[in-house]
Amino acid sequence: MSTLIREPDTQASRPLQIGKHTLQSRLLVGTGKYRTNDQMLEAITASGAEVVTVAVRRVDLDRSHEEGILHHLDPKQFLLLANTAGCYTADEAVRYARLGREAGFNDLIKLEVIGDKETLLPDTVGLLEAARTLVTEGFQVLAYTNDDLITALRLEEIGCAAVMPLASPIGSGLGMMNPFTIRTIKRRLSVPVIVDAGVGTASDACLVMEQGVDGILMNTALAEAAHPVLMAHAMRDAVAAGRAAFLAGRMPRREVAVPSSPVQGMLS
Amino acid sequence: MTSTLELTVNGDIRSLPGPQNVEDLLRHLSLDPGAVVVEVNGVIIRRPDQREVGLRTGDVVELVHFVGGG
Repeated sequence: MSTLIREPDTQASRPLQIGKHTLQSRLLVGTGKYRTNDQMLEAITASGAEVVTVAVRRVDLDRSHEEGILHHLDPKQFLLLANTAGCYTADEAVRYARLGREAGFNDLIKLEVIGDKETLLPDTVGLLEAARTLVTEGFQVLAYTNDDLITALRLEEIGCAAVMPLASPIGSGLGMMNPFTIRTIKRRLSVPVIVDAGVGTASDACLVMEQGVDGILMNTALAEAAHPVLMAHAMRDAVAAGRAAFLAGRMPRREVAVPSSPVQGMLS
Repeated sequence: MTSTLELTVNGDIRSLPGPQNVEDLLRHLSLDPGAVVVEVNGVIIRRPDQREVGLRTGDVVELVHFVGGG
């Protein structure tokens, strides 16, 4: 039920390139909050995603039978993207990023520096500081940020591999609050723009991709769906449909009707 | 030279027979060295160095791995 349309052969239809990684899928997914590991794996497989995010946390020493996620995800099958979720300062995020690189299999990091517990909105000052340090240390930084053009431009200048503005707050499922800022960021940046957080259902994903962005990263929309595997299929199709619609170029919006059938030849 | 080491491991104080190195600690905790990342006093100890790095009372050890996240 996937892969609706073959994309036209234009520059915009080329595979997504993040740093040295070439990706066929424009959908990136998280691994958090699934009811079971089997369900997670089935949903991720159905989504067609190649990049999956993971978090760095303490090993639970009192329940040593509890396995890390690598017991369930084959790092040869997926490109692991460690995150710095839960970090509220640049120093903390840099520490988590270094641990993530050591635990992982690549130099990719999804950089989050959170500024507020209620909204989980990014602390863009801390984000820029952490991004500078991590780029210097050779990380490929994918920076989770506000839908703010100036911060996005600074992140690109610093050398981030991708800039990831939010559609709406993490885990909110509110969809895209400001298509204008998302389009503006995409238009002004050269590095990939991946919308991260806020997508709630397939129509949200389609609408985001229709703005011309390079991809979407989502977690809760799949994990908290009543049927995550079915939603993963829907998201895969929605991302492909939105991308195809963007490349196809939509008809103009008009405030008046224009008939589709000939106005000539009507009976007298 | 049997003594007791007092370490803070993932936030909890643990007493271990000493002296030990990082590799011994992982074995003591039945952890697969390939599945955890070790930080001692804020410094990551890479796997090839784990036998060489000795632990002392008061050291703060963090043992982390990947879990599900977005």
